[in-house]
Amino acid sequence: MAIEAGKIYAVWLRETKRFTNSKSRIIGSLAMPLFFLFALGAGIGGLVPEFDYQSFILPGIIGMTILFNSVFSGVSIIWDRELGYLKELLVAPTSRFSIVIGRALGGATTSVLQGFVILIIGVLLGLASPGLFEIFLALLVMIVFSALIVSIGIGLASVITEVETFQLIVNLVIFPLFFLSNALFPLDKMPGWLQTLSLFNPVSYAVDALRGLIIGVGVNSLALNFAVLLVGLVIMFGIAGTLFDRTSI
Amino acid sequence: MTDDAIVVKDLTKKFGNFTAVDHINFSVKKGELFGFLGPNGAGKSTTDFMLTTILPPTSGTAIINGFDIITDSEKVRKSIGIVFQDQTLDNRLTAYDNLDIHGRLYGMSSGDRKQKIKEVLQLVELADWEQKLVKTFSGGMRRRLEIARGLMHQPQILFLDEPTLGLDAQTRRHMWKYIEKLREQRITIVLSTHYLEEADALCDRIAIIDRGKIVALDTPQKLKSLIGGQVLSLKTSDSKKMLSILEKQKIGSHGRILDRAVLVEVQNGSTLIAKVVSLAEKSGVVIENIELHTPSLEDVFLKLTGEQIRDERPGPNEFQRRMNHGH
Repeated sequence: MAIEAGKIYAVWLRETKRFTNSKSRIIGSLAMPLFFLFALGAGIGGLVPEFDYQSFILPGIIGMTILFNSVFSGVSIIWDRELGYLKELLVAPTSRFSIVIGRALGGATTSVLQGFVILIIGVLLGLASPGLFEIFLALLVMIVFSALIVSIGIGLASVITEVETFQLIVNLVIFPLFFLSNALFPLDKMPGWLQTLSLFNPVSYAVDALRGLIIGVGVNSLALNFAVLLVGLVIMFGIAGTLFDRTSI
Repeated sequence: MTDDAIVVKDLTKKFGNFTAVDHINFSVKKGELFGFLGPNGAGKSTTDFMLTTILPPTSGTAIINGFDIITDSEKVRKSIGIVFQDQTLDNRLTAYDNLDIHGRLYGMSSGDRKQKIKEVLQLVELADWEQKLVKTFSGGMRRRLEIARGLMHQPQILFLDEPTLGLDAQTRRHMWKYIEKLREQRITIVLSTHYLEEADALCDRIAIIDRGKIVALDTPQKLKSLIGGQVLSLKTSDSKKMLSILEKQKIGSHGRILDRAVLVEVQNGSTLIAKVVSLAEKSGVVIENIELHTPSLEDVFLKLTGEQIRDERPGPNEFQRRMNHGH
């Protein structure tokens, strides 16, 4: 369980270089959240003229951007297995633990970067006007939330080895986490069962924290949201580390 | 002992009831180019995986560069380089980044990495491609980059698993040139292959492995001398009948049928041909073709294993499933 800074950095470097080397992927992954923000925001916003819906979902869309990219980043270990690179990683004299940390940080870096771009776009369009300190806190929330989700992805990819399962993960993990949360709707307007499910969903806590920081309408205190996300990160990271440790070439 | 880069002791691997590697013993000298020759499924890859500490042995062990593969696996890994038969490069990174990240994973300093990247890229003639993404590389270039990466951390032993698999004949010969060049680096090389001419052209010594056991281990020349004299090969209308005629007349030895040809080992082949032709004629067997050749490794392999070397191979996934199954 040795922690090796240089080797963690190597894994992080690979993640971020892969990201910056594929420009089309960056544009593609920003397109969907922007569609949600504008098409859905304008459409549903038109139904509730007394409520600034577009501003309301801005933190939800930031959460969505980070959620999608983080799951994909973690689960991409399945592709590394299929395309062979996992062998290169696993035979190196580098502990599995370092590999998981490097990947979680790498995935968080690229995901938060994209979430941050959405935030900037929102601010430029006048959907929100947070102060610099709030933006700094929002970044912290995004990083912890993203690392938590990447860990879930790594855990899944350590158990599931077939590339064919990729789509299944999207349908059974990403969509439930996204839609069974407060990202698009205020929790108190939702039916009771949805409110209950949402209580166990890290996305809800991340979005609520961002909402409080960016547009000032959070339900829980920032401390509670942040604490839940941190505990979630520790648990998920532990599970991911254990499962990845057992994975074989 | 100090002259040996690898000492293998009773190494065994079982997957359930299937024994993939069966109590093998051998040693490899420092600086030697040692070949593992065998059909797919013979146990080459499993042996490689155990020696490189990827798979734990069921019993037995091996000492690599003085380190035990079971108790000192981390030190073993640091002292060896591995080039797998399937690609393990990151296509979305440049050649430089693939090498640089490898160096970091092996704990190399920044100065060492820069110097080694230059050196290994020059060795495999990819220096001009340093900043290009690997996805733009041809199959042969990728294999070369894999070899370069395997050499990055200055291993004392390089494991090459089927380095020319899937390459066309011309590229394959080109690859041999690079492998020959590695000898100048005074590095020990363990080459697994199922290409007979590859083992023959490159290796100092060859271990022929079949069904998990080493059936012969020697220099290519000595292996070939296991077959005395020459090999007479006959294509006829009735192989079985032809073989029984030869056996009855005690012409040659170790007769066998391969595809449609009858093969026998003979001492003075050219004087026998006339006799063989007249014997066949008398028995009504039509001879389509007669050939007399000096023994090749293929003849040796056939003699030792009773089989032609098979070319089909399990895909990476099938192999993986088999391995996971064994866990």
